[in-house]
Amino acid sequence: MTVVRISDDALALACGADAVAAAFVGAGCTVERVSSWGMHWLEPLVELDGKGFGPAVPGDVAAILNGTSAKAIGIIADHPFIARQQRLTFARAGKTRPLDLADYAATGGWAGLYRARSIGAPAIIAEMSQSGLRGRGGAGFPAGIKWQTVASAPGDRKFIVCNADEGDSGTFADRMLMEGDPFQLIEGMAIAAHAVGAGQGYIYVRSEYPHAIAKLNAAITLAAEIIAPFTIEVRVGAGAYVCGEETSLLNSIEGKRGEVRAKPPLPAHQGLFGQPTVINNVLTLAAVPHILSEGGAVLYDSHGFGRSKGTKPIQLAGNIRHGGVFETPFGITLHDLIYDIGGGTASGRPVKAVQVGGPLGAYIHPDRFDLPFDYEAYAGADALIGHGGVVVFDDTADMGKLARFAMEFCAVESCGKCTPCRIGSTRGVELIDRIRGGATAGGAVESLPQMHNAAKTPRSREADIELLEDLCETMKFGSLCALGGFTPYPVLSALRHWPEDFG
Amino acid sequence: MNRSARLVEIVAAHAGREGPLLPLLHEVQAEFGCVDGEAEAQLAHALNLSRAEVHGVVSFYHDFTATADPRPCVQLCRAEACQARGVEALVPAAQAAAGGRVKLHDVYCLGLCSVGPNARVGDQLYARLDQGSLVELIERA
Ligand SMILES: Cc1cc2nc3c(=O)[nH]c(=O)nc-3n(C[C@H](O)[C@H](O)[C@H](O)COP(=O)(O)O)c2cc1C
Ligand code: SF4
Ligand code: FES
Repeated sequence: MTVVRISDDALALACGADAVAAAFVGAGCTVERVSSWGMHWLEPLVELDGKGFGPAVPGDVAAILNGTSAKAIGIIADHPFIARQQRLTFARAGKTRPLDLADYAATGGWAGLYRARSIGAPAIIAEMSQSGLRGRGGAGFPAGIKWQTVASAPGDRKFIVCNADEGDSGTFADRMLMEGDPFQLIEGMAIAAHAVGAGQGYIYVRSEYPHAIAKLNAAITLAAEIIAPFTIEVRVGAGAYVCGEETSLLNSIEGKRGEVRAKPPLPAHQGLFGQPTVINNVLTLAAVPHILSEGGAVLYDSHGFGRSKGTKPIQLAGNIRHGGVFETPFGITLHDLIYDIGGGTASGRPVKAVQVGGPLGAYIHPDRFDLPFDYEAYAGADALIGHGGVVVFDDTADMGKLARFAMEFCAVESCGKCTPCRIGSTRGVELIDRIRGGATAGGAVESLPQMHNAAKTPRSREADIELLEDLCETMKFGSLCALGGFTPYPVLSALRHWPEDFG
Repeated sequence: MNRSARLVEIVAAHAGREGPLLPLLHEVQAEFGCVDGEAEAQLAHALNLSRAEVHGVVSFYHDFTATADPRPCVQLCRAEACQARGVEALVPAAQAAAGGRVKLHDVYCLGLCSVGPNARVGDQLYARLDQGSLVELIERA
């Protein structure tokens, strides 16, 4: 019987994979539902004897089966988009059934966990440090050091918390990993638990990801015996972006408002329910089984650029022809990512700007597309890698409007704890409106007699821009967390590189 | 069964959890369409919290609403990557199609950022929307 493979990833489903799968069943085929290869422009992608066809619709079934389909892309694994990658975390993408324990074990699953148990906690942490793995959630903190801190912190109980809040626009690698290879995340958490002596783990998933939640719950049940006595529970977020910030996330699991906590104490010392807690991103934890397999740490460390070690699953999104997940060692340039790999814009128009690192990331001008993908290089260019989302905009983008959107997003999502973020963001929206609208008359509040220091005469555009820059400075240095602290990045980068879009 | 008896059941079902408030609120919201003052008071009592504490949590999160909205809901992603793929141009037609009958709800990223514009209805996702397919989706909702 003919076996075809079609992904059941949420993105493939959104593109119509179920109807295509049903049509193949109707044609007498066996359909295996696998994870997604991550070539999103080709979804739903049909695999038949290693060859790919996409984007498929039910009407393509006969042509695919009799070898006359015009949607053939050849051997999938040889496709340049796949062949150019170095897939460690996404090694199984497209190849295994997400909830099949036999598929997982046959592709090296659990080897890292068994080896970790045999070498013991100090050796696990030593190998984690040796691998050079840095947190994939944004801040890039060395994972080995975090684990060491939790391991040596005194506490009755310890926790492993997986940050699966993935709120950044332009990112979907966490989602794909949870849906496509949930056992790998579970294995990584079990290894972390063994390393620090934790008994309970939580995966905090955003409510926008119902498919990931279902897959994780099923996978946890299937793997329960293997990871015992460690247990894992999925917790579902409730639509607050700021709950991706680690301390806000911990408050949220505890059933509180998702307000950011002041540090210290670090979560590693007093985290969930006041106990020492490892909190890591999905991709950080999912990289662990590979690192803990025989020779994995050395191999991981051998990849990368400068102090950015290993591979990074980069997400190509927005107005790009070949969007998807591209896992590669650090150091790749935006130019290569956008043109050579991504094929330029989907609209065929020139690229105007790229936002890297989600809503808090800078807008990067094509002049800087030579920037290597590296934490330090980006920081030096007033930009951030964040979770590795790359959102491409063509020349129809209005950068002033996007700057306003960044401020508005901050205003809506602010947890409210600090003034520069809570109030500053709203003032920022008003200021950008005023700059763009050309109306610079002083506001009603400023004209009140008790506002001694406020200007009574209308401000010039230059003065308004100066005020906006000043406000951004205050937000940057006066905010407790990166929501208020980094919102100035997209705003100021847009203002600096595309002043003509500000009226 | 009346609402308050059902709430007691929901609370009992989550009794084994540490920090059960968010899972409880999700279930209450899903079942009653909202978390209103009455539910807040009952949850506060059951968890030995003040009503203010529970209200503080309910009002913090976008997923919980104080009043029920019986209309069908279409969530439309309007975050940056979907903006880059042209969602803003679809909004006027979507609003017109929704009228007062359908609740058109803005969301910020569904994790499908390479194939936008995207929408969600219940747990069903829709990608590569253009004006025609989005309007049709709203009309069918
Ligand atoms: C506003 C805000 C949102 C964040 N969102 C996420 C997120 O969605 N996922 C994530 O892993 N980290 C997010 N972070 C970073 C976390 O605070 C934290 O650095 C991370 O979970 C640590 O894990 P890692 O070391 O494995 O990266 C966010 C931070 C801020 C300030
Ligand atoms: S910067 Fe904003 S989100 Fe972060 S703690 Fe302050 S108010 Fe909360
Ligand atoms: S930005 Fe719309 S799905 Fe991510």
